[in-house]
Amino acid sequence: MTIGLGAVARARSVGGALRRMPVIPIFLLGALALAALFAPIVAPHPPLEIDLSSALAPPFYHEGGSLDHLLGTDRLGRDILSRVIYGGQVSLLLAFSVLLIGGSVGVVLGLLSGYVGGVLDAVIQRTVEAVLSLPTIMVALVFVFVLGQSFTSVVLILAPFITASFARMVRGEALTVRNMNYVALARVAGASHMRIIARHILPNVAGTIIVIATLEVGALILVEASLSFLGVGVPPPTPAWGLMVDDGREYLATRYWLSLFPGLAIVMTVLSINWIGDWLRNVLDPKRQEL
Amino acid sequence: MLRYIVGRLLQAILGILVITTLVFLLVRLTGDPSSILVSDFAPVEVQERIRERLGLDRPLHEQYAAYMGGLVRGDLGESFNGRPVLDILLQYLPATVSLAAVAMAIALLVAVPLGILSAVYRGTWIDTVARTVALFGQSVPSFWLAIVLVLIFAVVLDLLPVAYRSGPDSYVLPAVAMGWAAVAGIVRLIRSSMLDVLDSDYVRMARAKGMPPRTVVVKHALRSALIPVLTFTGLVLASFMNGSVVVESVFAWPGVGTMTLDAVSGRDFPVVQGAVIMIAVFFITINLLVDILYAFVDPRVRYR
Repeated sequence: MTIGLGAVARARSVGGALRRMPVIPIFLLGALALAALFAPIVAPHPPLEIDLSSALAPPFYHEGGSLDHLLGTDRLGRDILSRVIYGGQVSLLLAFSVLLIGGSVGVVLGLLSGYVGGVLDAVIQRTVEAVLSLPTIMVALVFVFVLGQSFTSVVLILAPFITASFARMVRGEALTVRNMNYVALARVAGASHMRIIARHILPNVAGTIIVIATLEVGALILVEASLSFLGVGVPPPTPAWGLMVDDGREYLATRYWLSLFPGLAIVMTVLSINWIGDWLRNVLDPKRQEL
Repeated sequence: MLRYIVGRLLQAILGILVITTLVFLLVRLTGDPSSILVSDFAPVEVQERIRERLGLDRPLHEQYAAYMGGLVRGDLGESFNGRPVLDILLQYLPATVSLAAVAMAIALLVAVPLGILSAVYRGTWIDTVARTVALFGQSVPSFWLAIVLVLIFAVVLDLLPVAYRSGPDSYVLPAVAMGWAAVAGIVRLIRSSMLDVLDSDYVRMARAKGMPPRTVVVKHALRSALIPVLTFTGLVLASFMNGSVVVESVFAWPGVGTMTLDAVSGRDFPVVQGAVIMIAVFFITINLLVDILYAFVDPRVRYR
């Protein structure tokens, strides 16, 4: 019997990990990102072009479908493929904005919390716990209602949650690193606290930061899509994936593709990101080799 | 043990205090609620009267005292239609809680065996299946899954109801849509904690003694491996409360999520605020219970 013997972690070289690089998700995500980036060139139609005469056209493989609208059109005759491509722009841009704003604040708070400790740590961590126990979607509902529906308000609402989860993870790592001998040595050698944080702690938590960042992008895209599905995300007529799934709901019985394709775009994107995130975790953080 | 429980209790109370204060401040920081309630064309006096009725004309610390005083007495204020917010919440709560319970049961039923098998047969096709399920669970948005499920099982196959809460069969689709996301987390957690335990000295010892593999896995490894899962269960329940908005909206389920969404579109601010506070308090309470339970299950916690 060899049950569990495999659990003895095999030594893995970085080269070996690179060889097991997940080609499929990198290719998928790359294609999606490129399509989103060059949407005006790639998309067959402008995303907001209304053409009532060809409204609710089926995809090309259906009877009555045409190659002009590969994935069909919505109730205003807007091309679904084009809107899915432009939707990628919205989702990715939003997720990265949130990550940049919320993540950088979170890294700073986490480093301070872990390195300084004491009262500051307690205050930051209690606040972080409080924020993390707020129901994201519920809170977002409230704030979109107060701030008004826009790209910016979605970013501002989601950023604190990212800040909190970064602050917590980075703190844990910083705490471990702080007690290392080389940090004590640097201190003895007369390095300032700022220098120690920047030169000794930050580089050591960088791996963790990259891993959380990747996994959080996936989660962010899901939350953003849920918000636009509920009608409180980026406002129409912006082609957001969640919004398109919601638009298609009333035609579900007769025209499933209206909801199906934008949803598939979400699944493909988030799946690729999470897949890459899992792989990164194995490469950068062998201690926490989970899945 | 008592010291530990009291300590955790105080922490939980502190957490609730922070959250309610946070909600109070954020609501006021983001602007005057009365300006949302009143149309731009209404006379100034109307807005003044509303401000007075909501107590917004008083200084901030007085408003805070009144708000906290109300909370302590279980008074979440009144909805704009005159009903106490607490009554409204209690009316919608059972539908959400019962759905969450079914979803949780489904999630555990699928995830626990899958997580165990995945760890025991690490590196085999079973492991691959489990990891794929986990990856998909993390990546498929529940609202879309809900719609696809409706399309397949209600529209095409006509096996289950499309929406609304009626008999037991009406629970199936929403509970699966809700529980799905939790499966990913639980499978991952059980797998990694099983792998840790399977690698521990006492499990190796049990094996060396020649115990049958099944006994080693079930009696020795699983018991300790399930402890972290306990913590996670609290998080999952909280995430169900959050996910309820989305899933309930797809199935027109008469629960807290639908209620909140209606309150948002009807601009019934006290109800929305009450819902957020209730869910946050629920979350903290669950975590408190989990931590206390943890101390009973894992004696090491008590002496930390």
